[in-house]
Amino acid sequence: MPPIVQTGRDLRLDLFRGLALWLIFVDHIPSNVVNWITIRNYGFSDAAEIFVFISGYTAAFVYGSAMQDRGFVVASARIFRRAWQVYVAHVFIFVIFMAEIYYLTKNLENPLYSEEMRAFDFLQQPGEALMQALMLRFQPNFMDVLPLYIVLLLVFPFTLWLLLRQPWLALTLSAALYTATQHFSWNLTSYPSGTWFFNPLAWQLIFVVGAWLGVGGATQFANVLRSRLVIGLALAYLLISLAVVMTWYFPRYVAYIPKGVQDWMYPIDKTNLDLLRFLHFMALAIVTVRFVPIDWPGLKSLWLRPMIMCGQHSLEIFCLGIFLSFLGHFITSEISRSVEMQILISVLGISAMIAVAWLITWYKGIEGRGPGAGPKPRQASDLAGGEA
Amino acid sequence: MRVVAGALLVSFACASVAPAGPADQCAVAAHLVHADAGMPNSVKAIDKTKTLKVVVVGSASSTLPGPAGIAIAYPSKFEMTLQKRLPGVNVQVVSVAKPRQTAQDMADGMLQILKEQNPALVVWQTGTVDAMRGVGAEAFQATLDTTVEKIQASGADVILMNMQFSPRTEAVIASTAYAEAIRYVALQRSVNLFDRQSIMRQWNELGTFDFLTPTKSLDTAALVHSCIGSMLADLVLEAVKSPDNKDSPKQ
Repeated sequence: MPPIVQTGRDLRLDLFRGLALWLIFVDHIPSNVVNWITIRNYGFSDAAEIFVFISGYTAAFVYGSAMQDRGFVVASARIFRRAWQVYVAHVFIFVIFMAEIYYLTKNLENPLYSEEMRAFDFLQQPGEALMQALMLRFQPNFMDVLPLYIVLLLVFPFTLWLLLRQPWLALTLSAALYTATQHFSWNLTSYPSGTWFFNPLAWQLIFVVGAWLGVGGATQFANVLRSRLVIGLALAYLLISLAVVMTWYFPRYVAYIPKGVQDWMYPIDKTNLDLLRFLHFMALAIVTVRFVPIDWPGLKSLWLRPMIMCGQHSLEIFCLGIFLSFLGHFITSEISRSVEMQILISVLGISAMIAVAWLITWYKGIEGRGPGAGPKPRQASDLAGGEA
Repeated sequence: MRVVAGALLVSFACASVAPAGPADQCAVAAHLVHADAGMPNSVKAIDKTKTLKVVVVGSASSTLPGPAGIAIAYPSKFEMTLQKRLPGVNVQVVSVAKPRQTAQDMADGMLQILKEQNPALVVWQTGTVDAMRGVGAEAFQATLDTTVEKIQASGADVILMNMQFSPRTEAVIASTAYAEAIRYVALQRSVNLFDRQSIMRQWNELGTFDFLTPTKSLDTAALVHSCIGSMLADLVLEAVKSPDNKDSPKQ
């Protein structure tokens, strides 16, 4: 395995983004017994928060220094280039999706499912679906995260500009937009009906908080975040959240939660990034940062290298994960639905993700050593995660 | 997710069980049918007036296509079974199943249905259309919650029925959040849930029914609906016998 590229960047970001990518893959295979181990079963937040937060943090880290060194225009150009890459990935996933749908409808004929068949009505106007997908408005299952990321990147030059000058103002504006979104139920519409599954007006909060920490908030607040009180509160919140989630599986314990608390708490909405989810993720992050310090020797161990590598090539590995989860669902529904098969598919899928991440690392390493490589700093950031 | 997870746990436990024969087709999933709440209005109707009027409100998965569809769909089997097992009681099941209806569409028509039919029990099947249309899960849950409250206020019991399990479309129709919302509202409003999704998932796991082979025939669909109809009747019978009803006025 090639060594991990050292860029002075926090390897924990790559580690946990790699973990999030694995979890997203596993969660995306319906009826997968391995879903049981993923964090969404043990608290309010899930891999989506990890992914968006770390993306914000990394984007600020990478493009923040570019903006300071080379100015607004250059940094913006690079951010837009990244947005373009994500957009192309989105179109790629759409193509995979259409191929899967084609297969499904060919074999779905059964009067029992006449209702479910209507989910494919859009196929009667595939041109319309294509156009709407290009406009990010067609977001069938699993095609919902990248549109969020694209929108966040498109406005990021301005977000970052403000973050570098007035970090507190940027944070306040973000929180204000989040609050207004909750209050006025703002969201973008999607095709053929409904709204965005990941409401960008709400989810921007976790991205901006990540970015805010990435441009220096983390160092400023290191002492607060490591104080016993904060850690204690975070741990308490995680435990309470775990207890609440357990009542979802064991409904006889629901009675222990006072009715008033339930009315206030539910529903814990993912679309609008419910405050309870946000806080749960922040608590998780605070506890993780406390117990996995930046110089933790484990980060350099061979065992964690695969996860870090996956996190360093998040876009490629994310797309691969979506493709593999489609494939995995195909196998579990058509060939074997045994528990052993579900476990095998999850293991094989993650192995494939690691292999591809390794391949990309290896390839970029070769390219980077070759003549005519770009300016050093850019190469380094490229190597350490396809920029952001 | 909870529904999925729960079913998976069950399937884990049952992984070594041999596939069931046709005789006990339905029975392999019988443990997934349980009355968590009483149904005092139904008890009252049965005891006082010797009648039980039920309205099934739902979308296309509460009926079957074709001219024979209504006769072999689950509401008619449900009526037959209930009638047989409640001798001396006049059981009537009215099915109001219309395709493409979201929970909101059905909620809009609910008061009218309650007024016209005056049922003691409403079986409300929903979720699939909302999931396909991408209606926000939060809005879906709010609609469900207020409408169940209205039905209860009108003096009827409620059974909520979630979506069908469909192994192929599972990855395309994101139904988890809607199944959770249904489960949650059932719990909050103390109404029974008929967990059709977990039941059908169990049948799929055990190979009880073949949900995958393409067919134009109604044979499998009719058997599935027959099972659902009789299991739904089991739920009603369990609920009317529940000790939770003892607070209600009984003759």
